[in-house]
Amino acid sequence: MATRRLTRSQQLQQTILYPLDWLEERSGLVGGVKYFLFRKVPGDINWFQTLGSAALTAFLVQALTGVILAMYYKPDPTIDPVTHLPVAYQSVTHITNDVFAGWLVRGMHRWGASVFIILMFLHMGRVFLFGAYKYPRELNWIIGVLILASGLGEGFTGYLLPWDQTAYWATVVGININGTAPFLGPFLAQFLQGGTYINADTLPRFYSIHMLLIPGALFALIGLHLYLVVRLGVTSPPWSKEAAGTGPLEPPSQNGRSGLVSPRARRRGR
Amino acid sequence: MQPPDEHPHVPGPSLWPVGVAIGIVVLLVGLIVSWYIAGIGALMAVVFGFLWVRDLTAGTALVHAPEVPPESPTGPALPAPAGGPAMPPAAPEERYPRAKFLELSTLGLGGVIGGIVTVPAVGFMVIPPFLKQGQKDHDLGPLSDYPQGKYVVATFTADASQGDVSRRTAYVRYNGQQNGLPSFTIISNHCAHLGCPVQPNGPLDPKGTKQFADVTLIPTVSIAGFGCPCHGGQYDTEGNRIAGPPVRALDRYSFSIRNGHLFLGRPFSVSHVDGSGATAVIHKWTQSFPGEPVNGIESWLYPVQPPH
Repeated sequence: MATRRLTRSQQLQQTILYPLDWLEERSGLVGGVKYFLFRKVPGDINWFQTLGSAALTAFLVQALTGVILAMYYKPDPTIDPVTHLPVAYQSVTHITNDVFAGWLVRGMHRWGASVFIILMFLHMGRVFLFGAYKYPRELNWIIGVLILASGLGEGFTGYLLPWDQTAYWATVVGININGTAPFLGPFLAQFLQGGTYINADTLPRFYSIHMLLIPGALFALIGLHLYLVVRLGVTSPPWSKEAAGTGPLEPPSQNGRSGLVSPRARRRGR
Repeated sequence: MQPPDEHPHVPGPSLWPVGVAIGIVVLLVGLIVSWYIAGIGALMAVVFGFLWVRDLTAGTALVHAPEVPPESPTGPALPAPAGGPAMPPAAPEERYPRAKFLELSTLGLGGVIGGIVTVPAVGFMVIPPFLKQGQKDHDLGPLSDYPQGKYVVATFTADASQGDVSRRTAYVRYNGQQNGLPSFTIISNHCAHLGCPVQPNGPLDPKGTKQFADVTLIPTVSIAGFGCPCHGGQYDTEGNRIAGPPVRALDRYSFSIRNGHLFLGRPFSVSHVDGSGATAVIHKWTQSFPGEPVNGIESWLYPVQPPH
């Protein structure tokens, strides 16, 4: 029947899906998101393999709360003539005590920083113990190490921003630890603090590195990291029977990468 | 579409990296202990590194399929059929194809434009910390403010245009006259470990506080040296390290005296001080960051200091 009337529910479905179809037809984005999210993974992966996504979520929380905090924070070390407090420190107490839900957003950013670092280390440990850094995923390990280093840089530069005694002296010590690196250390330290001593430029400098320079690098590195995860697929755990060739075999992969998606037995068995 | 790789390029197990690691450790120990051991370590690292690389390349050499010659569109001309003209050989590839030129010029121009924008911006970020770092001599007030043989805690604003963030502290002791000239010991409060502020080990006398312009002077009653609150470095009254993690003595300031006022000069680093007071022999070095040894073999790790 060529002139079949659409049923009511079909009509409704079409109406709802129309915007998505419109988008898909013009950009292919719906298919792209599906390709990214609904990938084939080995059958015996477990919860440890969610640590990477958890670290990504922690990073996104940091990015979001950081953007909001930047609307109230002032990276200014000068002393307010009325209160005799540094402007930066005052803006942090203002966020914590006066701004609506400021305590919550600052708390999320502050504790979330530790959560992000801890999750990165746990994720790294999972990758190491599962042997997931091996061929062909070595490059992704290297990118991951760069992400970890950038994350630690975020922690270091962010620590100065409250501009209280702890922040100031921890940063003095941190900069001087950088200074003890061989050969280039003194130059690195002087670059970081913007001079021979901590000076009026140091705080804005750290603020800019903290919220523009390193986050930009992090977004790029995380993008590359995810691209490689999608391209190379997910590893089975080391105890996987499937990967050892004795468990139930999956039907051959459709994308021609079965050897990568569920690794085969090693040549030299142990 | 690639066929699945049946032979992943995983190198076999090898013990050579362990040898390289041991070699590097021996090399680092040798840098501190003796040249011979450093040489042995370097040799071990190089030899084992070579063996390791040889192992890696031998086990996993990629086998390239022999290149199949193309169907020879540019091959030798086919023999001409009798009577007909020979088939002309295909035109040799253009030597300077237009597309190639456009591609290179686009990349080149883009690179030049990008460089013109990026280089000054990166310079703006990197260069300023290394320019105009010198401090002007700072007036610390009349000599009469400094009692003989006692340290005074002098706090001053090093750069008025930067305000409070540039407030620094020096410990100043008047040692009396030497050869008819006043002698001062002026010690910086930056710990030689990682730059925390060292504190005098002894009571202050806040009632005797004096103020001169931006300089606050608090006399000490009597102190047994200096101690750092961060990691416990301890120094004697001349700034020599006596305990804890610091790698050298406390930095000092040079000074000058003009119109009866004490002027603070440039800071410099000190490896150690022999003797005390006016007759002390100060082993001076270029100012270095905290944590960097200024003499001995470890100082070779810091051959160049940025302009201070």
